[in-house]
Amino acid sequence: MTFKKGTWIRIKRVVMQSEERTAQIPEDTRRVPLEMWVKGFAEQDGHLGDTICVRTLTGRVERGEVVEIEPVYGHDFGQFIPEILTIGITLRKILDGGEHCDES
Amino acid sequence: MGVSTVTNHNDNQGYDAVMKRRNEIMKRAVGIDYAAFEFDNIGFDYERMMREVGYTLSEVIAIQRSQGVGNTPMIKLNRLTELARKLSPEGMGAQLFLKDEASNPSGSFKARRAAVAVYQAKKLGYEGVVAATSGNYGAAVASQAAMQGLKCIIVQETYDSKGQGQPEIIEKARKCEAFGAEVVQLTVGPELFYQFLIILEQTGYFNASLYTPYGIAGIESLGAEIADQMMAMTGRYPDAVVCTNAGGGNLTGTARGLQKRGADATKIIGASVDLSGLHMASDRDFNRKSFTTGHTGFGLPFATMPDRSDVPRSAARPLRYMDSYVTVKQGEVFYMTEALAQLEGMERGPAGNVSLAAAFALAMTMPRSATIVVQETEYTGAGKHIQPQLSFARQNGIEIRFGHPDEEVPGNSIILPSHPSQMKARPLELVQLRKRLVENLVFATAKGGKANLSDREIAFLADESRFTKTAVEKIIFG
Repeated sequence: MTFKKGTWIRIKRVVMQSEERTAQIPEDTRRVPLEMWVKGFAEQDGHLGDTICVRTLTGRVERGEVVEIEPVYGHDFGQFIPEILTIGITLRKILDGGEHCDES
Repeated sequence: MGVSTVTNHNDNQGYDAVMKRRNEIMKRAVGIDYAAFEFDNIGFDYERMMREVGYTLSEVIAIQRSQGVGNTPMIKLNRLTELARKLSPEGMGAQLFLKDEASNPSGSFKARRAAVAVYQAKKLGYEGVVAATSGNYGAAVASQAAMQGLKCIIVQETYDSKGQGQPEIIEKARKCEAFGAEVVQLTVGPELFYQFLIILEQTGYFNASLYTPYGIAGIESLGAEIADQMMAMTGRYPDAVVCTNAGGGNLTGTARGLQKRGADATKIIGASVDLSGLHMASDRDFNRKSFTTGHTGFGLPFATMPDRSDVPRSAARPLRYMDSYVTVKQGEVFYMTEALAQLEGMERGPAGNVSLAAAFALAMTMPRSATIVVQETEYTGAGKHIQPQLSFARQNGIEIRFGHPDEEVPGNSIILPSHPSQMKARPLELVQLRKRLVENLVFATAKGGKANLSDREIAFLADESRFTKTAVEKIIFG
């Protein structure tokens, strides 16, 4: 995947290697690096996986590995959780004497 | 200030070097000389700082009105009150009210804090604002920066080491970007503060911290509105106001606002989600909690050591105002979020409903004639809703089922109450927390040792903890 200079991309960079991390953190956190993601306009043409500079929305320059070209938001309403459905049915039955759900 | 166009490039960006510059970076980024309010070894004149650095209540209200912030509706929760009364002993079941803070421009009460912080940044001539937050405050600062024409950077703790993030935090990042802010996302760890300092130094922007006097004065309007609206609706001030408690600012500002209206008899109740056993800086625990704020992981350490925040002296000092502090379970909050939608027709985000869950449980223990105000709501949507949050938890191996809320083990299970009568507000030992606060203030910061404490410092500790001076001396000297 390639992109042109000026494309909106997302980069990732290691801020601190695990051995550089502060001592007062839990062991599981100290074992992994501190990583950072920012988005910005590519300062040059390139490929996914290249290390390049981007210019962020406030005009800062950050350098890192290109991890996404024209990044999207992937969050949603998740999988169906059947338990949620029953809460309203139960509450209405208690409050209204079952008139809305007398089939059960 | 003359800092607006200066961009400071310091070549030494190593961890130790940056942390050593912490105080000078902060002084330049907040524009407050905290040392001016400190005295002797550990003393700190909180009220003088709030008076001299902050804004008066009427100034706060004027700033917020000019940005479309505040003046949110107070809603009588008729169906939830009726439910509480059905489940209560005869004569019990207090009337519940809800302050619908989701109707602020950014979707939460945090707009109040951000409005004043961004106003101050603009007044001092800063070009932009930076805030370190994964929560609603980021969206609020971004929204206010958009409204007041400043640049904005939000620094958030977003992912675990596998690159997996809570849907709620991902949604907050989207919202910040929707308002034109730059979002810097990091993996778990307190070194976020180091990156935050680098950005402050590099940009010369204002630190729109949650914990400056501006951030706290901004919430006083919320307390004042609660007093005024309840007086208009019921003819008196409320018996209790329940505040979701994390960093302590929400409770502090609300209580101060109520006091400024003379609502001195109103009980201030803090409420946090019980996340005991989960470590806030743990990469593994990060995605095992289903609440990113409003929980004991922030509530307890910030109450007992308020100056652990991102400014030298926090203006959020909840133990000065709290009359009681209760915890609720994650499952109870999710359950009440659904109850609010199903019985009151209001779909609101889960984190803001921590106080609703506590208030519902408390209503069952208070007389019918009493009134309880749930002091906030927050916006909801993709990612920031019980369905994606429970779905994410289930994917991460958290057990979700109906049962007794007391069976919930944070990080392992989320227990939805089998019956709403099982909802409970579990009181924390406030006296113990106040004692710990005194000990922390003395032993963590007293350079000259406890023997050198002046009478004025003992008085400061008494104000902080609401103990008598004699009781404070007994804690310190035994």
